[in-house]
Amino acid sequence: MKLPALFSLPALDLSWARIAAVFLKELVQMRRDKLTFGIMVAMPIVQLILFGYAINTDPRHMPAVIEMREDGPLTRAFLASLHASSYVDIVAIVTTADEADRMLRSGEANFIISIPEGFERRLVRGETPQILLAADASDPIAAGGAIAAIERVAQQAFAPSFQGPLSGLARAPPPYEIVVHRRFNPAGESAFNIVPALLGIILTMTMVMITSISLTRESERGTMENLLATPVRPIEVMIGKTTPYIAIGAIQVGIVLVMATFLFRIPFTGSPLAFTLGTALFIFANLMLGYLISTIARTQMQAMQTTFFVFLPSILMSGFMFPFKAMPHWAQWIGEALPITHFLRIVREVVLKEAGLADIVNDLGPLALITLVLAGFALLRFRSTLD
Amino acid sequence: MSDELVIDVTGLTKSFGARKVVDNFDLKVPRGAIYGFLGPNGSGKTTTIRMVCGLLKPEAGQGRVLGFDVLHESLRIKERVGYMTQKFSLYEDLSIRENLEFIARLYGLDRRKARVDHALEDLGLAERQTQLAGKLSGGWKQRLALAACMIHEPEVLLLDEPTAGVDPKARRDFWDAIRRYAAQGVTTLVSTHYMDEAVQCDSIAYIAYGKKLLDSHTADIPKQIGLSAWRIEGRPLIDVQHALEADPRVELVARFGAAIHACAREPVPLEAAVRSRASGASACGDQQNRGRLR
Repeated sequence: MKLPALFSLPALDLSWARIAAVFLKELVQMRRDKLTFGIMVAMPIVQLILFGYAINTDPRHMPAVIEMREDGPLTRAFLASLHASSYVDIVAIVTTADEADRMLRSGEANFIISIPEGFERRLVRGETPQILLAADASDPIAAGGAIAAIERVAQQAFAPSFQGPLSGLARAPPPYEIVVHRRFNPAGESAFNIVPALLGIILTMTMVMITSISLTRESERGTMENLLATPVRPIEVMIGKTTPYIAIGAIQVGIVLVMATFLFRIPFTGSPLAFTLGTALFIFANLMLGYLISTIARTQMQAMQTTFFVFLPSILMSGFMFPFKAMPHWAQWIGEALPITHFLRIVREVVLKEAGLADIVNDLGPLALITLVLAGFALLRFRSTLD
Repeated sequence: MSDELVIDVTGLTKSFGARKVVDNFDLKVPRGAIYGFLGPNGSGKTTTIRMVCGLLKPEAGQGRVLGFDVLHESLRIKERVGYMTQKFSLYEDLSIRENLEFIARLYGLDRRKARVDHALEDLGLAERQTQLAGKLSGGWKQRLALAACMIHEPEVLLLDEPTAGVDPKARRDFWDAIRRYAAQGVTTLVSTHYMDEAVQCDSIAYIAYGKKLLDSHTADIPKQIGLSAWRIEGRPLIDVQHALEADPRVELVARFGAAIHACAREPVPLEAAVRSRASGASACGDQQNRGRLR
């Protein structure tokens, strides 16, 4: 069949038949590659459900610790209103600054709302007492929402109390002052949050993809058959194949660290040992993930696609782009299963929050567990025969 | 050749999906023998070889290779067997020398440099040792593959269609090497499509559709089959060929270069058929090659 005259330029002797031949061949090949086809169909379904419901750009239910130095009817009414508010979830009520501080540092709480001694007395006297809001600004997005909301929350919280004899306090400006402290990143610079976290993204992307591809390449090119005919054991292949990429990971870490320090002026406040340990474990977890993918994928193309399938939740559900605690609980559980979630916490705590080894065990543990599970599955799936 | 059986397996069976690729296969190969696997494509030769060297797990059957259980001691077997895959399966982005050194390391060999040097010399690869394997032609790839599976001095060589896609000179060199190894006591199991290669083996097993149809010393095969053969030369052969094919007394007519071979189990009717049908040809072979296939 010839194309209509409009298209039949002399140099462009196109034939529908040849185009159709290529088109049909492509369709047949697409149908043969079941994993790719499955991913193409599953990708929109899974990701729409996952991210559509999980991601919340307006962070709510952020964990807050209340540091209460006073216990009176007004502060209790304020607390009750906070409880009812969807912006913050009160995770603990403490009486000392040290304890509140510890919770902020460890990430158990993203905020400290602290009500000073004599607050009620001074409020009634009209002395405009302060409410202190200390936000963990190592994640400026998570902090920003609650900082913006706190005025309104406080207003709503006190409104029912400012009635009758106290109705004189229901005025503008309010009879109290809210002082906001952005901890760990006083200027609220997003680079301080993004750059260390990007290290996690870069490592996930390269480590998982390189390992998964390098192993599927052996099957695709047929060299696996030769390898399996020698006495080499699966675990020996695993260790031997992944070790070079640990070195590549280390180089990437070095590059990011140098650029973070000199280009973005990010202060490195915590323990280098904790950082090294956390990063090493994270690289290892990613290598195991890549190795596992390579035992599932049959071609390099499939390995790429599967890597991407894992990579998207790593960006969206780990707390990298959107506040982790703002996600629904089921999504947080998925997030907890991703290596990068724990690495992000470790790296933020170590780089910005002066954390030492003891502060990151809460995330080192799960990271180690994830690594072990991935390695176990990968070794189980790696067949030492061609079956 | 001795009576000691290096490969002794019975009842090997393997299916892929619903298709039985190898069905109840027995194989006994004495030490130092060159054992040929002959059969059409897809007859189960590759699958059988893979089961023998532990790359595939048989679903039924048992046996020993070099005294080790094929089901449970495949690692021991792998250490002592050299397997040359049908498709080139070394690293195309490594040089000849790098490939051999890699394999030598995998087997944990001592005197690695000396062994690699020896392998390079032995198969005439020394001058090309820095060339990337991916840049080699078929014949050189085959030499490299043979060098790689000989580097750990295996007692058994499993060669899966080693000469496919290789020119006649390279094939001859290859078979010279195989015979040299056999003389040193290496047992060889080799699959092939080529008759002229098969007859170089001490024994031949003919496989089709996953079953072994024939297993015998090469010299005994014509007797076993009991075929008589006539060789007819001259021109024009095409009419003679058609006439012979149409004759019910002739069971098989095959063209070999400038000659026709006519075969049948009954010698007397065959001779009559050849004499009558081939009489129009300008020349007629009269020697009866009884007992010889070619």
